[in-house]
Amino acid sequence: MSKNWPLWEIFVRSKNGLEHRHFGSLHAADAEMALENARDVYTRRNEGVSIWVVESKNITASNPEHNGELFEPAQDKVYRHPTFYDLPDEVKHM
Amino acid sequence: MSEEQIKNLEKQFEERIARDEKIEPKDWMPEKYRKTHIRQMSQHAHSEIIGMLPEGNWITRAPSLRRKVALLAKVQDEAGHGLYLYSACETLGVSRDELYEQLHSGKAKYSSIFNYPTITWADMGAIGWLVDGAAIINQVPLCNTSYGPYARAMIRVCKEESFHQRQGFEIMMKLANGTPEQKDMAQDALNRWWWPSLMMLGPTDAESIHTEQSMKWKLKRKSNDDLRQQFIDQTVPQAELIGLTIPDPDLKWNEERQSYDFGEINWDEFWQVVKGHGPMNKERMKARVNAWEEGEWVRDAAMAYAEKKQARKQKQAI
Repeated sequence: MSKNWPLWEIFVRSKNGLEHRHFGSLHAADAEMALENARDVYTRRNEGVSIWVVESKNITASNPEHNGELFEPAQDKVYRHPTFYDLPDEVKHM
Repeated sequence: MSEEQIKNLEKQFEERIARDEKIEPKDWMPEKYRKTHIRQMSQHAHSEIIGMLPEGNWITRAPSLRRKVALLAKVQDEAGHGLYLYSACETLGVSRDELYEQLHSGKAKYSSIFNYPTITWADMGAIGWLVDGAAIINQVPLCNTSYGPYARAMIRVCKEESFHQRQGFEIMMKLANGTPEQKDMAQDALNRWWWPSLMMLGPTDAESIHTEQSMKWKLKRKSNDDLRQQFIDQTVPQAELIGLTIPDPDLKWNEERQSYDFGEINWDEFWQVVKGHGPMNKERMKARVNAWEEGEWVRDAAMAYAEKKQARKQKQAI
């Protein structure tokens, strides 16, 4: 037979108050096993309090070749930053 | 793409690395970069996996519970390190199955240090102290390598590895301060592991074929000979501290260089082991291939069970 175990992406919240962060990936037969394996592979030293697993094929990623049209337009929009606006010196905090 | 376009992309690529930018999986990269990384990262992963075998051999015979839990945790870490590295390698578009196939067929190499036998408990000390010590020296610079997934995996590996070396040194220290028989056992382990550990840092610079390109890609930050010198300089005082003797009559402090001079390494032995003629090459491969083949029914059963559960869930939903 031999059907390969699919690949899963592992996200771990290292402590409450922080977001889940991508830690790596692993192979597992299903989501439940992916969680169990993620515990052993990525949290042997108390690195986490919560784990998410997502099958890798379900992730849609942007293509770095399109980085120009995706991300460059934000570069010339300086008016989205507070430093763009002139304030009199008398205004200390705003 | 035309040849000129590729040349242009390659130039931009090299400039990005020179600026210390990281390369991520979906970025354009020269084919040679991809291949070299698959080779090095998989070799590294295979070494972690095969590296469990010489130590796994001693888990059931560890002399105390303290030693046993530590060794067990160390071997488990090695499995983990192998897995981090395999998955980092898979981001370059090679499958886990292909990687295993390369290991099992002998096409891919692993660190030849694991082709030496572990015949006494002191070998657990010597491996942790010397082999992991040499590995750390090799690995720390890789935390800053150019390929993002490799660098991230190495940061985790290095963080976890430092206890490995300490547990080994503690074993050696205890034996060296024990009965005369225990001290002899520690000295004997040092005698057998010293030279292979020096070889582990790779052929001399003159013989090393990949150095220049690897330096450029930050797969390597220091040359093999520099790393070896660093390892010797840091290890000799540690041996002296616990009253053991480095098995090298030519070893002596060089005041001018502020470093140790050392004797000639038997490179014939190194190449023999690399080519598969070390004392344990066959045994290691056999154990690894057996584990894979005899585990096949378990992997298949897990997959079949997962599919059955999935089908049942879908049926309930209708």
